[in-house]
Amino acid sequence: MWASLLEEIPRFFTYYNLIFLLQAGARTIGLSAIGCIIGFVTGFFLAIMRVSRGRSFLPIRLFSINFVEFFRRVPFLVTLMLVFFICQAANLQFSVFTVSMITVCLIASGFIAEIVRAGIESVNVTQWEAADVLNFTLAEKLRLVIIPQAWKVILAPVFSFFLSFIKDTALASQIGVIELTYSGKVLNNKGFSAILVFGTILIMYFIISYPLALFGRWMERKFAISKH
Amino acid sequence: MLFLVGGWRENLPYLSIENVVASYKDDIPVLAGVGFSIEKGEIVSLIGPSGSGKSTLLRVLVGLTKPKSGRVVIDGVPIGYANKKVLREARDRFAIVFQQYNLFQNMTALRNVTVAPLKVKKRNPREVEKEAIALLEKVGLGDKLHAYPDELSGGQQQRVAIARALALKPDILLLDEITSALDPERINEVLDTIRILAKEGITMLIISHEMAFVREVSSKVVFMDEGKIVEIGRPEEILDHPKTTRARDFMAKILRH
Amino acid sequence: MHYTIHFSQVLKYIPYLIGGAWLSFQIAFLAFCGGMVIGLAGAIAKTYGNRVLQVLVNGYVTFFTNTPQLVQIYFIFFGLPQFGIVLSSYETVLVGMTLNAGAYATEIQRAGFLSVRRSELEAAETLGMSFLQSVRYVILPHLSKTLYPPFSNLYIIMTLGTSMAAIFGVEELTGRAFNVDAITFRPVEIFSITAGLYILITIAASFILLYLGRWLFRVKGKVF
Repeated sequence: MWASLLEEIPRFFTYYNLIFLLQAGARTIGLSAIGCIIGFVTGFFLAIMRVSRGRSFLPIRLFSINFVEFFRRVPFLVTLMLVFFICQAANLQFSVFTVSMITVCLIASGFIAEIVRAGIESVNVTQWEAADVLNFTLAEKLRLVIIPQAWKVILAPVFSFFLSFIKDTALASQIGVIELTYSGKVLNNKGFSAILVFGTILIMYFIISYPLALFGRWMERKFAISKH
Repeated sequence: MLFLVGGWRENLPYLSIENVVASYKDDIPVLAGVGFSIEKGEIVSLIGPSGSGKSTLLRVLVGLTKPKSGRVVIDGVPIGYANKKVLREARDRFAIVFQQYNLFQNMTALRNVTVAPLKVKKRNPREVEKEAIALLEKVGLGDKLHAYPDELSGGQQQRVAIARALALKPDILLLDEITSALDPERINEVLDTIRILAKEGITMLIISHEMAFVREVSSKVVFMDEGKIVEIGRPEEILDHPKTTRARDFMAKILRH
Repeated sequence: MHYTIHFSQVLKYIPYLIGGAWLSFQIAFLAFCGGMVIGLAGAIAKTYGNRVLQVLVNGYVTFFTNTPQLVQIYFIFFGLPQFGIVLSSYETVLVGMTLNAGAYATEIQRAGFLSVRRSELEAAETLGMSFLQSVRYVILPHLSKTLYPPFSNLYIIMTLGTSMAAIFGVEELTGRAFNVDAITFRPVEIFSITAGLYILITIAASFILLYLGRWLFRVKGKVF
């Protein structure tokens, strides 16, 4: 078996296959990165909606809570299927890539909203009160006092979420998006040995993820030192 | 007729607190009907054991805690704490300095002082900055304009908080135990600042445990216990010759150390 | 293509789906327990083991936490037969999830070990406690309190992770959802209900874990 494996290697690592794999890898990174960026923007607003107070803001608060909890408590695969079939039923002719992009953004918003909320709540209530008595509006409180202080608590967990999100995008393979996992299945179906194929895919995910993980740890240490 | 009306108005206290009731968790009343008045330029000190409701009263005045019943009247006009617009106007007239200074951690001392006049009152930036620098110099921090709160000592932070409160030119300054969180060496630098303000005739409501200081600056002392006012009088009366047993017990405990 | 929503056709399959949820629970629970055992062993190896052991455990943890669980399971599912080992889908998923969980559990446990402060151990020593006593009265309570939240979190994540077993044909909740779809062709309704079931399951799990934590270890926390 090992002999046949060794024999396969030159057949596997052809120029064409490598390009194929690299493109798939790029799609994986693209899905995760764009998902997290859009997820950050929407998650941010969802978190602000969540911390608003007062009766008139109740519907926004409830919407935010429900949205966030939904996408955090439903598995990626199920959300993906839901988005896929709803788009299909509504006759929106989106490509599988678009569908997975939508899914990825929705899920990322849910998780990042919670991270941002935790960051906002980490700011001592006395900062809110001091801004209150100086007659700041909610927007001014958030913009001038709360968010600048919440940043530090938000950035590291968001990056760490991005890291784990790269692995979650593997499930987008199930609707046919040609990302890294799907490319593995394609090559496996072509007849290459599973150990070779999926071993390579695993290593490629590792090459993407591990350096980013190290960068994340370095970033955390830098943040712990500097404060402003 | 007009003269009479004018004269009548002059006799109204500047700030009148009438029978204020407030509580945090519905059943436990922290303030059980508190009322007294402050004249313009008066310095009133609130003393009493912890938990007597002194801080709560200040929080009610500045709108951080909603009173269940009672009235607060400034210059003849009652403050409607439920109404947001009126609340903002009320907050314009009060400025509060907290026990824990509550400086904005992400801003320098100068910015802490200028942010409210600039962003909330939207005044001219150059004027605001000049005034802020003058205020910080007055409290003795002219050389720390660009320091962040975590680079300042407790006493310095407290003085920035005072400058920040004064930047909005309040009618009444509320001081909530501003020396209680400070190291003993730092207390005097803050008290000196208050002494300067006292001389300038700013109306103040002070909560303090520093009895010597209370005696020195106050025109009136209010002794509170368990959410009620027990005694009101001139400093010498309350501090040296308290009439009620509770006041006497309290003074005995304070003076022991 | 017109699609109208007809929940009525799908409602009768709900008991079937709930049966799938039970299987999901089994997988998550077994993999979690297995993962915890690996985690304990790994954390001990990493903290007290020799150099070689540390490198091995490090390698295992780093590899499994930087690669997707799905691909790990694919590797085992398609790769193991090449070694002559043939497992059922259920077993494959279980092995894959256990190995994955073990890596994360090792990290959580190790952080827990490191968090036991020297001062606590020294205090126990000066009070005359034997090693076993200090383990029982000082270390274990501290560890349980510190490790409970991250492990609860891991469990919830794993519960959601069981849904990928459907890809391999396991008839847990998501798998059964696919089956019902194949029969009724009403995917929107089915996956909505499935999503709803997962939400209910995780909320229930969160509450149970919360109250369990408060009762056993006096760990505070909230669900929303």
